[in-house]
Amino acid sequence: MNNYLNKTYIILDRELRGYFRTPLASIFLLVFLALSSGMTFFLGRFFERDQADLTAFFSWHPWLFLVLMPAIGMRLWAEERRSGTIELLITLPVTNTQLVVGKFLASWFFTLIALILTMPIWITVNFLGDPDNNVILISYIGSWFMAGAFLALTSCLSVLTKNQVIAFIISSISGFILIMAGFNLVLSAVRSWSPNWITETISSMSFLSHFTRIQMGVFDLSTLVFFISMMILCLWINVQLVQLKKAD
Amino acid sequence: MPDKLINAKNLKKSFDQFIAVDKINLQVDRGEVVGFLGPNGAGKSTTMKMLTGFLEPDDGEIFINGIDLKSNPLKAKEYIGYLPEGAPSYSDMIVSDFLSFIGKMRGLSDKSLSNRLEEMADQINLKEMWDRPVETLSKGFKRRVGIAQALIHDPDILILDEPTDGLDPNQKHEMRNLIKKISKNKAIVISTHILEEVEAVCSRAIIIADGKLLANDTPQNLENKFLNKHTLSIKISDKINNVVSREIKSSLKYEEVKIQKYDASTYIILISDNKKVPNINTVLKQINKHKLNVIEANFQKVNLEKIFRSITTGKN
Repeated sequence: MNNYLNKTYIILDRELRGYFRTPLASIFLLVFLALSSGMTFFLGRFFERDQADLTAFFSWHPWLFLVLMPAIGMRLWAEERRSGTIELLITLPVTNTQLVVGKFLASWFFTLIALILTMPIWITVNFLGDPDNNVILISYIGSWFMAGAFLALTSCLSVLTKNQVIAFIISSISGFILIMAGFNLVLSAVRSWSPNWITETISSMSFLSHFTRIQMGVFDLSTLVFFISMMILCLWINVQLVQLKKAD
Repeated sequence: MPDKLINAKNLKKSFDQFIAVDKINLQVDRGEVVGFLGPNGAGKSTTMKMLTGFLEPDDGEIFINGIDLKSNPLKAKEYIGYLPEGAPSYSDMIVSDFLSFIGKMRGLSDKSLSNRLEEMADQINLKEMWDRPVETLSKGFKRRVGIAQALIHDPDILILDEPTDGLDPNQKHEMRNLIKKISKNKAIVISTHILEEVEAVCSRAIIIADGKLLANDTPQNLENKFLNKHTLSIKISDKINNVVSREIKSSLKYEEVKIQKYDASTYIILISDNKKVPNINTVLKQINKHKLNVIEANFQKVNLEKIFRSITTGKN
């Protein structure tokens, strides 16, 4: 067991350092911080709302992640397949599950770093007023788990192609579908012709409805279970796809 | 009796309708360097990918040091060092980090890893490139890094897919010397389509084409087995007219004597016989009778290239 975790950790370590070996990490972190604060202050009207909370900050996260998580995760497998290093990895004494989990965790921890770097916004709101910090903490946790689900989806889809740009596009489109599933526009269109349970299933698959609930400070276990199940499902498919596509 | 280090039986692999490898058997012992020869697309790389556990065979079984690769892949893979075709590596990593990563994944402890890294830097001449990103290295150095990662855990089995492809003649020479140096207590399989490489480093040559194993023997035995017709070639720097030509042909008692114009002032006499090796002294004596100026005389050695062509294309 120890050896099993150790190998997963070595992969995680290599991947996480990999983000910082190129300017990719700094660019990503800058873009993330610029966009998340820009959206909070300009689109979210942080000051005009005159409320000591971070709703204006968190409500943009699903949309931000829609683009940024595929940008982080697109290289995970597409690049291994393009450069042929997948052959090195798979002939090492490790399982595909260790490889998939190690790589995924690296990208997930990277987003944790990005989220931690948004702390100045949290400090600002505490400086200006008296927010409910529990709600903020829950929102941060929810945001990180939602990012994990987006990343697992991207990681899984990035096996399908050797081209990072294609991996980015298909991941963004799939993420968009998963967000839109919660929109009334989509739901009402489905509701008009389908039984109720289908509408509810589609709605329950939505990242947006789950995240909205968490963002309101409702520590809903089912939402965390939803995001965790999404991650496990996507990573399981990821392992199968690696096995299937490795030699293509 | 201990098992062979590599023991592959009846390997089969198809991709859709295409049969890439068809019932190949392969046994390699410690101390052997086996050269895998075949035209492009013959199934060399597919076979190697199966031996390293990258691809699963459709049929057949592979034992690595007696361990079944299918039922115990993690244990079996520990014995193998593998250089995939094109020597892929993480180009953004520096050489030492890349080798450390592979070493750790191979389960080396911190102490043995640092020892092995030092040995690799020395043995494979990587010292000057140690702190450089792999992407900035020349093709030759990238290939060396590839060899180093395959050797980092000092494996019993080394599988190298075209280790000298794309290297210049000096680098090829170095690579062959390195393979010879490390071959003493390992089982090594190298694939190549350079025949001189097999003659230079391999103790056994395996020829495959269309996924089938066509020959499996020492390079020397293959030469003897497939073409034992020896041809003596004599270059003359004089004109040979028809009369002289006829006289020479009738005086030499061999199956075939050909006289060809080589260039404006040079002729070549080719003497071949399936049953007996032409005697160079007798032949030269006959030629001297006509006062012809011999500038070169040698046996046209049948090389592996001819054997290879004759086996893989069915043409002589």
